[in-house]
Amino acid sequence: MVRTTLLACLMTSLALVAPLALRAEELKMAGDQLELTVEVPRLNVAEYHRPYVAIWVQGEKPEDIVNLAVWYQVKGSTPDFGEKWLPDLRQWWRRTGRGLDFPVEAVSGPTRPVGEHTLTFGKERLAGLKPGKYKLMVEAVREVGGRELLEIPFTWPSDKVTKQEVTGKKELGKVSLTIKP
Amino acid sequence: MRVFLSTLALVFALPLAAHAHKAWLLPSQTTFSGSDSLVTVDAAISNDLFYFNHRPMSLDNLTITGPDGQSVEAENKASGRYRSVFDVALPQEGTYQIAVRNGGLFASWEENGEQKRFRGSAEEFAKKVPADAKNLVVSESIGRIETFVTNGAPTTKALEPADKGIDLVPVTHPNDLYAGDEGRFRLVVDGKPAGGLNVTIVRGGTRYRDSQDEIIVTTDEKGEFAVKFAEPGMYWLETSTTDDKTSTPLAKQRRLSYSATLEVLPQ
Repeated sequence: MVRTTLLACLMTSLALVAPLALRAEELKMAGDQLELTVEVPRLNVAEYHRPYVAIWVQGEKPEDIVNLAVWYQVKGSTPDFGEKWLPDLRQWWRRTGRGLDFPVEAVSGPTRPVGEHTLTFGKERLAGLKPGKYKLMVEAVREVGGRELLEIPFTWPSDKVTKQEVTGKKELGKVSLTIKP
Repeated sequence: MRVFLSTLALVFALPLAAHAHKAWLLPSQTTFSGSDSLVTVDAAISNDLFYFNHRPMSLDNLTITGPDGQSVEAENKASGRYRSVFDVALPQEGTYQIAVRNGGLFASWEENGEQKRFRGSAEEFAKKVPADAKNLVVSESIGRIETFVTNGAPTTKALEPADKGIDLVPVTHPNDLYAGDEGRFRLVVDGKPAGGLNVTIVRGGTRYRDSQDEIIVTTDEKGEFAVKFAEPGMYWLETSTTDDKTSTPLAKQRRLSYSATLEVLPQ
């Protein structure tokens, strides 16, 4: 409730004192964070390789993107050996990956083992996220395996704790998104 | 000699006749990442897409342009009975144009009761074809067969239109095509918008279906056309036209042809 009032207040004052309003908005968001869990499922296959996984926030416009994580083979026989297969994360590659220089600080990371992985993103990482509608995107692709893309729509910011969950069919297990004001 | 002549006839017939075999370049993939990236390309002439079952394409006129606009050399060029092949290293980020540019003047005349033929540039023509050649017939052609590959994000410097011939100018980048989306392109002749051109687009894998399923579209007054790619795959695009803008008054007609291989990715 306090938040709503603040937001309304901000919106009316925005036109008049834009720089001040923006600073106030930043402060207001100080506590906001996204908490994700991403499950890499156990698969009964003859040849198993850990999947490449990309996690990003997609806004309504194609260019509104915040990269959260990409897990790939960051070390190999040559410095960028593992980058060769990044385009297989094809939706992520098209939307953002192909324009990035690797490794991407705080985004690039090694592939992860089977199990549930928790990631938390606070104000530093979400600074580019203006209030609005978004989708959390999680894309996974596995060598000699398949590909899967999961989406969780959400509104940012939220004035109460919200939790949503989807479950993949093949390459991803349970993916959950918790927004904490 | 007969083999040579029939090969020669085929080479000339290719860009000219509407019912000719298809000439195509087939890249191993079109989207790359990392400084070690390398594309390998098949080059062949056949009816079926993309099956090398007829003739190899000559790589004599292969030109590759890098993202910086500079020329790039192919590696490991080879020609077999049915196809040619070559590799291109892609260390730069951006889009590479891989093209085979054919064309020139073709002449036939009689000399001492014998049929003579010539193929080459306008300069060579002046040197090799006698000024008083009897029953001289001259034609001119400019043909291009090309494809595009991109390391990282697509760029357009390598796609700048040539001075002469048909060119594809991207509105949608040729390495940014996805199934279900519309691709829009502009065709130009000598750099100027070419309206009223018929464009034929065929998806590869023709062996595994009953019909060609070709898409035929016509360019508008801006030279533009749009095509919705229903399915992912490698597509072959072709167009041709004629005009009278020959480089020598001896040739009455100039025949222009263009074909490209485009990869459409799944969503």
